[in-house]
Amino acid sequence: MTWEIVIGLEVHTQLSTNTKIFSGASTAFGAEPNTQADAVSLALPGVLPVLNKGAVERAIKFGLATGAHIAPRSVFARKNYFYPDLPKGYQISQFDLPVVGQGALTIQVEPLSGNAKPYEKTVRITRAHLEEDAGKSVHGESQGVTGVDLNRAGTPLLEIVSEPDMCSAAEAVAYAKALHTLVRWIGICDGNMQEGSFRCDVNVSVRKPGQPLGTRREIKNLNSFKFMQQAIDYEVQWQIDTIENGGKVHQATILFNPDTGETRAMRSKEDAHDYRYFPDPDLLPLEISEEWKEQVRATLPELPHAKQARYVSNYALSPSDAAVLTSSRETADLFEGVVKHLLSQGVGILTSPETPSAEAHAGQFAAKLVANWISGEVSAQLNRDGLDIAQCPITAQQLGGMLTRIADGTISNSGAKEVFRTMWAEGGEADAIIEAKGLKQVSDSGAIEAIVDGVIAANADKVAEYRSGKDKLFGFFVGAAMKASQGKANPAQLNEVLKKKLAG
Amino acid sequence: MSLSTTDVEKVARLARLAMTPAEIETARSQLSGIFGLIEEMQAVDTKGIEPMSHAQDVAQRLREDKVTEFNQREAFQAIAPQVEGGLYLVPQVIE
Repeated sequence: MTWEIVIGLEVHTQLSTNTKIFSGASTAFGAEPNTQADAVSLALPGVLPVLNKGAVERAIKFGLATGAHIAPRSVFARKNYFYPDLPKGYQISQFDLPVVGQGALTIQVEPLSGNAKPYEKTVRITRAHLEEDAGKSVHGESQGVTGVDLNRAGTPLLEIVSEPDMCSAAEAVAYAKALHTLVRWIGICDGNMQEGSFRCDVNVSVRKPGQPLGTRREIKNLNSFKFMQQAIDYEVQWQIDTIENGGKVHQATILFNPDTGETRAMRSKEDAHDYRYFPDPDLLPLEISEEWKEQVRATLPELPHAKQARYVSNYALSPSDAAVLTSSRETADLFEGVVKHLLSQGVGILTSPETPSAEAHAGQFAAKLVANWISGEVSAQLNRDGLDIAQCPITAQQLGGMLTRIADGTISNSGAKEVFRTMWAEGGEADAIIEAKGLKQVSDSGAIEAIVDGVIAANADKVAEYRSGKDKLFGFFVGAAMKASQGKANPAQLNEVLKKKLAG
Repeated sequence: MSLSTTDVEKVARLARLAMTPAEIETARSQLSGIFGLIEEMQAVDTKGIEPMSHAQDVAQRLREDKVTEFNQREAFQAIAPQVEGGLYLVPQVIE
């Protein structure tokens, strides 16, 4: 393929304030229609907007988290257009002086195709500005009329605009996911995509390498990462086919239909983009002092990308593992909580890349194994039960307690899985479950030798075959001995003793 | 700078104003007068003067993020032309 894909994103994040951006009406989701539409949301004559401090604070947080310039002085502007869900006839937004200037976000890209390797990329963020959300139109309830619910009107939005730095659907999705993680991480947006808290518009164009940018089409309102990928894939192919068949791509706003997997152009009205922006005379310039900025900076947690780098260098985890562990604050907290618990129990954390990856031994435990439990068993159970990591029924202390018993050889990996399942379903600490279910593995060398002696005595013919070179029989002895121990023998020890005794 | 009839028609359409040809002519001459005023202001030498984005040189006051407005739907909807199931009804708009 000789085409280059160019993608930029505009993401609307609903800020997690209690009230609207310009009035004291609640922003809670799911209320009865118009019960949260106050005089300002309805644009009744004579009302004036008063800016919400909480919304500004969240914008500052985002700017600081992306290393962006925070404007000491920014201005609100009116964007004029007519639609029933916008009763003022204009949206209050920001135009030439946005609150957040140029920043950047580093993302971990997992290529979608075959055996391409994951890689890191930095996407530039052009700007982020504060604005108000519109209401909702309800079509088709009654013939010939449209219903309008203005509860959402005036909900604070931070619109985050990226540079066209992405060149595949995988990169666009990785950027959107990283942004989604970040806004939840720093607590400025709940990230609920079904409820429209995080909405993505994707600008797509194609060109031949070295050529100027092609004409872009904007896919509006994507509310899932899966749809985003499908929509981009379809749109890119459509643009390439159109050009290769001698056609031309015209700038347009398009919608993605998840049922057909296709994109189609919205009917675009004449002059639709002539918004006649001008500074809103109802609002004075927004000033953000150095002091306020620093106060907000002090509330920022360690950011996902910094944490990832720390996990890679301190725990010798792969960038992919580190990315999974920092996919949400709750996941990172669980990982760090478990590591802390293990250390408090005197279990050493092995951090060199040469650490045996499959086995814990000698009171030590690989950070990689903690990562494996979290990205394996924990995440599988969460999926099965349809739970979010925030609702995980197992605490770091419970998981750490169980891993401590793997590290000190009390239970085997298969025993641990049973402990884990019980813990998940019924709660309780590992030690009590091990005791109650008799999962303690036999590590007493005398007892293991006795079991092995028994197996050898009962299978004299097989022992002779083994000694005459039939190595494959070793598995049979392991199975028999394990069975004799009722599955409780320490597997490593059992292997060792068997080898020694069979050698004669 | 003087405005053309087409300019006025365009702005009127964007503002959803229905205007008769006579009204358009009146608006055109009034708006041209305003443009004249703007030209006069732009001719003033403002070199070295920091631009202001508002006539008052003060900053925006901020509001604490606390709910102060409560449900008054009934009162608001009493003056609406048409409502149903809590929704305000308008002539059908479908893209």
